[in-house]
Amino acid sequence: MNKYEIRVIVLAGLLLSAFFFAILYNDFSRNIDVPACVTYSGTFKVPHVKKLDRSTYEVYGVAKMWAFTPEDLTFPEGSTIDLYLTSDDVVHGFNIVKKGVNLMAVPGATTKTTVTFETAGVYRILCHEYCGSGHQYMMGKITITPKKYY
Amino acid sequence: MNISKPYRTVILTGLLMPMTLFILGCYNGVMQTIYRAGIIHQSSVAGINYYQGLTMHGVINAIVLTTFFAVVFGHVTVSYYLKREPPKLTYQISMLLMVVGTLMDLVAMLTGKAQALYTFYAPLKASPFFYVGTALLIVGSWIAFFGWIKIWYSWKKENPGKRMPLAILGTFVNFSIWLVATLPVAYETLVILTPWSLGWTDSINVPLTRMLFWMFGHPLVYFWLLPAYVAYYTILPKVAGGKLYSGNAGRLAFLLFLILSMPVGVHHQFSEPVFTPGTKLWASLLTYAVSIPSFMTAFTVAASLEYAARKRGAKGVFSWMWKLPYFEVDRYLFGYFICGLILFIFGGLSGIVNASYTLNQLVHNTDWVPGHFHMTVAGPVILVILGMSLYMYSTVSGKALKFKTFAVMVPYVWMVGIAFLSHGLMSGGLMGEPRRTNLGLSYTNPDSPLFNHHFVPTTTTTLVGGIIMGIAAILYFIVFFATAMGKRVNEPQLILPESEELHEEKDIPLLLTMKPWLILMIVLVMTTYVPALISIFKYSKAVPNKFQPDSPQNLQK
Repeated sequence: MNKYEIRVIVLAGLLLSAFFFAILYNDFSRNIDVPACVTYSGTFKVPHVKKLDRSTYEVYGVAKMWAFTPEDLTFPEGSTIDLYLTSDDVVHGFNIVKKGVNLMAVPGATTKTTVTFETAGVYRILCHEYCGSGHQYMMGKITITPKKYY
Repeated sequence: MNISKPYRTVILTGLLMPMTLFILGCYNGVMQTIYRAGIIHQSSVAGINYYQGLTMHGVINAIVLTTFFAVVFGHVTVSYYLKREPPKLTYQISMLLMVVGTLMDLVAMLTGKAQALYTFYAPLKASPFFYVGTALLIVGSWIAFFGWIKIWYSWKKENPGKRMPLAILGTFVNFSIWLVATLPVAYETLVILTPWSLGWTDSINVPLTRMLFWMFGHPLVYFWLLPAYVAYYTILPKVAGGKLYSGNAGRLAFLLFLILSMPVGVHHQFSEPVFTPGTKLWASLLTYAVSIPSFMTAFTVAASLEYAARKRGAKGVFSWMWKLPYFEVDRYLFGYFICGLILFIFGGLSGIVNASYTLNQLVHNTDWVPGHFHMTVAGPVILVILGMSLYMYSTVSGKALKFKTFAVMVPYVWMVGIAFLSHGLMSGGLMGEPRRTNLGLSYTNPDSPLFNHHFVPTTTTTLVGGIIMGIAAILYFIVFFATAMGKRVNEPQLILPESEELHEEKDIPLLLTMKPWLILMIVLVMTTYVPALISIFKYSKAVPNKFQPDSPQNLQK
């Protein structure tokens, strides 16, 4: 190997180090992280919403063939939601479009993430993992209402 | 060199059978773009439903064709460089198992008993036939490797002090990765899924099956890619009319793949529960590291091509690029190789996006991902497979290549098709278009309440790409099958274009042995998968779930 090849290896390494630094910065300084681990237990299979205060909620979501439960979630603008997600049957996907919330609902395991909705509107949740013949119909939504109604 | 008749039969069968199935694989690929663009709003066409077709497309194109090619190209490479045939028993049993396994898979898929897609989506149940068939295909490929190891040791004994040829190192690295990587999936299919599918066991730990699958699923992509790399290092420079810029760089690249391709599978699971963020970040870092040998390869191959162009009289800093044999009928392989390389620039870079930990959340399981891998596996991998299959079939059978103009056109048409296909998929993916989904029934059906008009232009672009690729495939099949059905005109020969190295390089002892690298590989695998396994036992539970794809009724209750 000659000097040009060594340079290519070093340059590639530097480029990737820059990318990796960007990941670390976003993770630790801006708190953008992958879903957290939660120990699974059967209680996560009961879909419900818990209101903690005016703008903080816990959602215990359960994906099943072929719907997300609880259905028709509505929250006021500015709400922060802790979302716990599992599946009752097979593996499902869970992508809140435009929010960067992208989770897998796996039976026998629970995943958790936190999301804040700053703007009112209807957010679609798409199942993006093959889950049987009704997969293409599996969509949920979250409605965020403008603050003035509260 | 001349080879025995049974060996020739095995090589030709190993080329002909997957290429015949590839017709079915391509048909189902084109059909998907039609469904998805909302041209048809149906769940099935001609008796094959969307997900059944998707399963065939994935299994045939990405497992059957690639595995057969790796084995056959391995036979040819190893025999050519070592000038001997592997033991008859190994290559015959190997091919027999692979053919039987493939037929079992085919029956399961055609009868609709396997629609679980090729990632074995437990707790969706597929027929045990499918799991066992896949296992046989894999075991068959191992046996071919055992035969090569035997002749390697006999060659080494007769040629003391000689270096392992680069092509042999590449092939052996590839099959070592394969052997290690297929152990978890063999365990998954034979010990977990088959008994569960037969009803002998009740419950299944889904996160465990997924971890085992991806422990295999990512090294698998290097198993597809490394035969192409062997061709890029040892065949392309010769075809271009030059020499390999550096053999040692090639050796280092292969050995880096050996240690780094195994421990990175968790990067397919960034969005999943169970694994800790620490394990995921580590997998992200290792995935960055495994891109380094690809950067090196890009340099070495480009330098070899520049050398070839200058030998052909090129001058100037960039203008040498036009002096390469793009459209020469006698060097038709060049087009297949260069189109693959051009696609791989974009395929590789988009792969770094996928590997980037939290950035992955924007693209995970959206159409961005198939957009990416159609520029890798349907880029360099398939194009090298198509080109080399023509070359190997015509030389080993002694038949002349037919429709040579088509043979030269195919890779360029294919590349344009992929450009449209991947652009459509990736731009749709960034807007949340889900992958593995029959969009035509819902998201791209104007009559459905789920209709999303943003997906119309993107899926239409994908459709255009799919049709262009379909045309390229038809042209290719004409060339391949016309050649295969032709008369023998030459003496059958096992031969390969062999590139010389440009520089006389000093031996670096560390690059001449695989042993320390194999140990390092095992250590790195442990650093990822020991924490991953501990997480599985800590955070997840086995569930009594078993489902058919068409009903939400749990078969276990």
